[in-house]
Amino acid sequence: MTLFGRTLETRPAPMAGAVVISPILALFATAVFAALLMLWVGKDPLSGLHTFFIAPMQGLRGWGEIGLKMTPLLLAAVGLVLCYRANVWNIGAEGQLVVGGICGGAVALLAGPDSHPAFFVWVLLAGVLGGMFWGALVALLRDRFNANEILVSLMLVYIAQFLLMYLVHGPLKDPNGYNFPYSANFELAALAPRILPPTRVNLGFVLALIAAVAAAVFLRRSMAGYRLLVAGAAPRAARYAGFSARQSLWVSLLACGGLSGLAGAVEVAGPIEQLTPSISPGYGFAAIIVAWLARLSPLGCIWAAFIMSVVYIGGELAQSRLGLPNAVSGVLQGVLLLSLLVADALMTYRLRPALKSVSPAQAGQRT
Amino acid sequence: MSLDALAALIAATLAAGTPLLLAATGLLVNERAGVLNLGAEGMMLIAAVAGFAAGVETGSVALGFIAGLFAGMAFAGIFAVLAVGLATNQYATGLALTLFGTGLSAFIGLPYVGRASDFAAPPKLAWLSDIPWLGTAVFSQHPMVYLAWLLVAFVAWMLLRTRAGLVIRAVGESPESAHALGYPVRTIRMAAVLFGGACCGLAGAFLSLVYTPLWVEGMVAGRGWIALALTTFATWRPARVMLGAYLFGSVTMIQFYLQGQGVAIASQLLSMLPYLATIIVLVLISSNLSFIRLNMPASLGKPFKP
Repeated sequence: MTLFGRTLETRPAPMAGAVVISPILALFATAVFAALLMLWVGKDPLSGLHTFFIAPMQGLRGWGEIGLKMTPLLLAAVGLVLCYRANVWNIGAEGQLVVGGICGGAVALLAGPDSHPAFFVWVLLAGVLGGMFWGALVALLRDRFNANEILVSLMLVYIAQFLLMYLVHGPLKDPNGYNFPYSANFELAALAPRILPPTRVNLGFVLALIAAVAAAVFLRRSMAGYRLLVAGAAPRAARYAGFSARQSLWVSLLACGGLSGLAGAVEVAGPIEQLTPSISPGYGFAAIIVAWLARLSPLGCIWAAFIMSVVYIGGELAQSRLGLPNAVSGVLQGVLLLSLLVADALMTYRLRPALKSVSPAQAGQRT
Repeated sequence: MSLDALAALIAATLAAGTPLLLAATGLLVNERAGVLNLGAEGMMLIAAVAGFAAGVETGSVALGFIAGLFAGMAFAGIFAVLAVGLATNQYATGLALTLFGTGLSAFIGLPYVGRASDFAAPPKLAWLSDIPWLGTAVFSQHPMVYLAWLLVAFVAWMLLRTRAGLVIRAVGESPESAHALGYPVRTIRMAAVLFGGACCGLAGAFLSLVYTPLWVEGMVAGRGWIALALTTFATWRPARVMLGAYLFGSVTMIQFYLQGQGVAIASQLLSMLPYLATIIVLVLISSNLSFIRLNMPASLGKPFKP
């Protein structure tokens, strides 16, 4: 079978520099698509591209906003890298993030005006534990009942979102909030400290960088990390070596849940400062793209999260300056992942003009 | 519950189950060919917006369905070229398709948000809909509900009773053997993916043209994922897909029924029901390994490179 008269032939080794080239190709393709989209809606593509990809990086405030958006993306993406390296298809980081936000927020509401200034530590810890619990549900159902983790983790995203809706409409609603579905504003002690005033970047950013480095060290230097890599890359070899696939499942899902939960907690205890019906504009899903863009490398997630963060802010700017709908950044995220997959395929395979394709059976008939 | 209320509940269940039935039947075919397309949600969303737009602009529900069908197929085509043609990772490609479909449908759908639809009432089934109770309960639906039944019957016959079905299943079980026998594995897989996209397209269009009928951003609300779970629930058998789809339809209806009865449970908690049910069903079905493996295509999700 041929594709447009061409066949796929595996290259002896992936094209040299593929790790760098294919993300760049994908970004280029996305920029071209963005320009075409601008033309379609009748905007000037050049100023549109500038708004999307350059304008976010202006001034200390601009960089601060990028760092702020990078925080949840990086945390969740590092967790997802661990899952995908272990061949665990958790796509529910969004749900783990939301539950982390709920738990962090619930604890933050306990703080009073005279709480210890380090109260936020409890908030972040609650977020981590909440996310871990949500990730553990996926691991448990997969481990104990063989339930498909893709579908379970995604269903848990919807359940988490309805849980948040329920809580802000009910038990956690601000009694003095004129019946709006918001919790009370958190006390200062419950908020993640800002590290670079006047920007809004908070402690979460540092934690995210630490998480990326720690995950890299874990994968490269620790035995548990090695077992996880083998279990993901070659499940049979792992079984033969006596490595437990269950351990990789639990470790990766607990880590991803914890990191995504932390992401949720630093969002509510960071820029949002209260619980609202929607605490994440799809960070957990965008983090999947970040993980792929980073070639499933924890350190690579840092620059990939940076790029995704620019696209998020670019989308907001395009909305306020050019009147483009915010949905554009969602479109571009999808295009980015699709073109990344194509670029990867082109690095791994060669498209050869098809010779008359002969299947083994036909070949047998001829002799 | 009075008999009349029961009839209304059955009718509502049929309507709620139909999009799941259409989508899951299509996905079943491409999974039987060994391709797992996680882009179902994206295909349904793009078809929902395309169907609604075409329906509103032309005033014809039928044209809306055709637009939805082709939109679903176009999206499935992207998946086919990547995951089948270029042998990319099926999970990641499907996920990318869903993300792309979510964004693009929101973008295209902006002018249609809040736009009212005044479609003509669908034709009634002559005299069948006049049967006293049964007419209201079963035979007063949109024609697409009955077409979905025909679709299931066709797929069951085609997959299990025809040579074409045998080839599709062979491609899903062991693409290497099918290739060695001279079957064009990737062409068959692409065709199966396009069929799945077409069915998801009809399902999405049903949501925005008949079920709601409105366009709201993200209105598919996880039904694409539930349809994917249904194929597992059905252990890849068409008749069981039908059972599963209406079971899930009834879960949705129970939620509205309880709300209507003024049961003191917050609506947000009741809204979790279909998703909880999906998890419970997956757990119950999957825990029996031999049962699930009996009909599971052996090469499901694995790329094939000749």
